[in-house]
Amino acid sequence: MIDHNLFESDSVVVRFAGDSGDGVQLMGTQFVGATALAGKDFGTFPDYPAEIRAPAGTTYGVSAYQIHLGAGPITTAGDKPQVLVAFNPAALKVNLPSLDRGALIILNTDSFTSRGLQKAGYSEDPRKSGALDGFQVVEIDIATHTAEAVKSFGLSKSDAGRCKNFWALGLVQWMFGHEIASIEAWLAKRFASNDAIREANIAALRAGHAFGETAELGAAIPRWRTPRAKFPPGEYRGIRGSEALALGLAAAGELADRPVLFCSYPITPASPLLHRLAQMGAHGVGVFQAEDEIAAVCAAIGASYGGAIGVTSSSGPGIALKTEAIGLAIAAELPLVIVDSQRGGPSTGLPTKTEQSDLYQAVYGRNADAPVPVVAARSPSDCFDAAIDAVRIALRHMTPVFLLTDGYLANAAEPWRIPDIDAYPRITSPALDPSRGREALFERDPATLGRPWVVPGTPGLTHRVGGLEKDIRTGHISYDAANHQAMTELRARKVASVADFIPDQEVAVGASEGDLAVVGWGSTYGVLYQAVQQIARTGARVGLIHLRYLNPFPRNLGALLSRYERVLVPEMNMGQLATLLRDRLDVRPAQLNKVTGQPFLVSEVVAAIRQELASLPKAQFRAV
Amino acid sequence: MSAAIDSKLTPKDFTSEQEVRWCPGCGDYAILKSVTRVLADVGARPERTVFVSGIGCSSRFPYYVETYGFHTIHGRAPAIATGLKLAQPDLDVWVVTGDGDGLSIGGNHLLHALRRNVGLKILLFNNEVYGLTKGQYSPTSRRGTRTPSTPYGSIDTPVVPGLFALGAGARFIARGIDVDKQGLEAVLAAAHGFDGAAFVEIFQNCIVYNDNVFAAFTEKEHAPDAQLRVEHGKPLVFGEDGSKGLRLDPRTLSLSIVDAKERPDEVLVHDETNATLAQLLLGLGPPEFPVALGVIYRNPAPRFEQEFVARHPTQMKRTAKIADALRQTSTWVVE
Repeated sequence: MIDHNLFESDSVVVRFAGDSGDGVQLMGTQFVGATALAGKDFGTFPDYPAEIRAPAGTTYGVSAYQIHLGAGPITTAGDKPQVLVAFNPAALKVNLPSLDRGALIILNTDSFTSRGLQKAGYSEDPRKSGALDGFQVVEIDIATHTAEAVKSFGLSKSDAGRCKNFWALGLVQWMFGHEIASIEAWLAKRFASNDAIREANIAALRAGHAFGETAELGAAIPRWRTPRAKFPPGEYRGIRGSEALALGLAAAGELADRPVLFCSYPITPASPLLHRLAQMGAHGVGVFQAEDEIAAVCAAIGASYGGAIGVTSSSGPGIALKTEAIGLAIAAELPLVIVDSQRGGPSTGLPTKTEQSDLYQAVYGRNADAPVPVVAARSPSDCFDAAIDAVRIALRHMTPVFLLTDGYLANAAEPWRIPDIDAYPRITSPALDPSRGREALFERDPATLGRPWVVPGTPGLTHRVGGLEKDIRTGHISYDAANHQAMTELRARKVASVADFIPDQEVAVGASEGDLAVVGWGSTYGVLYQAVQQIARTGARVGLIHLRYLNPFPRNLGALLSRYERVLVPEMNMGQLATLLRDRLDVRPAQLNKVTGQPFLVSEVVAAIRQELASLPKAQFRAV
Repeated sequence: MSAAIDSKLTPKDFTSEQEVRWCPGCGDYAILKSVTRVLADVGARPERTVFVSGIGCSSRFPYYVETYGFHTIHGRAPAIATGLKLAQPDLDVWVVTGDGDGLSIGGNHLLHALRRNVGLKILLFNNEVYGLTKGQYSPTSRRGTRTPSTPYGSIDTPVVPGLFALGAGARFIARGIDVDKQGLEAVLAAAHGFDGAAFVEIFQNCIVYNDNVFAAFTEKEHAPDAQLRVEHGKPLVFGEDGSKGLRLDPRTLSLSIVDAKERPDEVLVHDETNATLAQLLLGLGPPEFPVALGVIYRNPAPRFEQEFVARHPTQMKRTAKIADALRQTSTWVVE
């Protein structure tokens, strides 16, 4: 007999949505942990409102967590969910438009009261209005079932109500054939000191799981089965971008054998990095919460001046405040890492929404000719290597380095093969020739143009640095015209020399020459990868070139791009990389730009590639 | 700690080879001389000493002392010096700032360096004017000050640096006058010896844009009546032969002047740990009252960077391996 309620597919996209107080994010992260243990590949995308606790039941208070799981390789959180768990009418209303055709919707019917419908802005119950036609809808009184499951623990009504995410999680675990033991173990640890809460949540989890198997409705609740992923052999873990970034900065400290001083001021969406690093003291990491963004970057510069690895972190508006101090670090030739968790702008903009907003700011955003190397992370796990890269460049060339990431990367998670830290080269900085003494204080390494990092406390080498132009040989203040020309050129050459140390640009997926090069950077990697792979499989001569190094570009980038007829740059901004390509390589790319605060969909990129390929024979140049 | 403190250094050892570029007659010259003398006197080591400054005439200071030096950006010296102290808590770090650099653009950083009690010796050269930008009024300029940017007279109320520092939570507040070698050097030595944020306001004459702005109490003929040199445990007396004293009027909670010879019992005794007394003294000034000089407030508390290291789980040492941290979560093995 065919089981019409058993779905088998390579991958499936699931979305949990509810009030920001419903525990949807926790439900998502726990589901991801179980997915990993089940041997599946995954990509996640949390989507939460700017307000900490928006009024309950409203559409702008909806928090969601999307997981794409299956055999892989999975590089995105998925375009359109095939499963939605909606805890209230508002969650349904917000997420309905993004669902796949025929998607399964699990509704918490307890919340579909006239008051709940009204707060969500429904004039008519969507279950009766035809709004859900074409979807598979399963209505469950989740709140009622949860209350029943936990009633023996004597919780208050509100505490009992808070267990409903674990009841729903139990049900979803059953739907996907996942064990609940690992989640029980997590609950036991998390609520070790609160017996009632711990036992109630475990009971809710078990009740939800049992509901799938035993309820009369059970037969109607679909089940999904996806194959295990084919990972290369190794030891794996799940990783979020902020976690990988924190580990990467601490690892860089270990590789350089120097303390890391992380000086920051809280800002969305950069704060998770601050919180994570604050727990990494045993790795020689110190965290200083400064009085403002300017003080944060200045303290990091002071720390670097003192011989530590100074790191500061912020998002667009905060980076703008740090700009003058970054110029000081350039002038004083001190290492500094500036982590920019980009978000929608200008001004306060969209604090919780993702945007590739700050490439201009990182590359061009300072007074005078003030070049700075810029690197960007492309996936949650890649944040680890990007952080090590940024520190390595900063110390090798004695320069500030921008590390671009975003809220999507910080919060998204994926499986990660744990790297062998012993395989990473040590991080070094230019040293003073001791036989030359103070004469050599400003003698730069001929390959990196980094000056020796001589820190206060070193006997016999007292000297002064600062923001005034200095003599290229002695380091003393100099207003000499020819010297300023020479120093300006030296600063440019120093940053350009980074290209001598970075690997040649490779093609990430698809054709290595042909009709179309899709060029991207940062967190769009996963989507661009899927899109190019999908089209390349049809035989089209399309390749993905995804950039880690944005300033300077890899030396071979121009030659690589010239192997394709056309270039398409999809970006979550209005064309910042496109500008940079025109500026540096005289390439005139076509553009796909999106600034909705949501990541690209694979389908959007696929459509743009198809359009570009279709227009290929007609025009050599395209107005952008 | 440094091994060899046998050789006694001289002020000349703390004088750099750089050509000093302040206007002839600037009060900064006298301050520079006093600082180098005090550094030699207290046994400072050039390599353990750092001068950090912002922007302004005063901020040129690091170039002229033979120690480590960092001439930074406008107003941010306390923040940069804080970072330096986190990296190297045992360095002897001085911040040199002015009334514009420290109290206008950098007011926020000064506030936080003081309330955190970072171990910095903060010298604020107050000349009540912007010198380097050619004479605009500053946050310490008196109401009605006429400058190129305030041709009809300034209208804002000036900040009193010492009261600002006290309000910020500073634990050491002292005052000196640029050309008063003895008084200034005593204050600088005390600041050096203080284990925390030491805030020193130095009345500094700008001969070009604000000449004689402090003459009412710095000129020799006014000095006895217009200067109150405070000393812990000693009566608060001033005037020729200490003939005048300060007493507290308990009804108005304010200070008034008494004849110290006739009514010595009523004269207050300076207690440098008393913040309320410090507030009253810092608010005094001509024409009615003398200006309080010397160590006005000294009340030690734990130093920020020391606490930063002490409260750090491993005292900023690296005791764990990244290879282990990478596995501090559930992991799985793919064969």
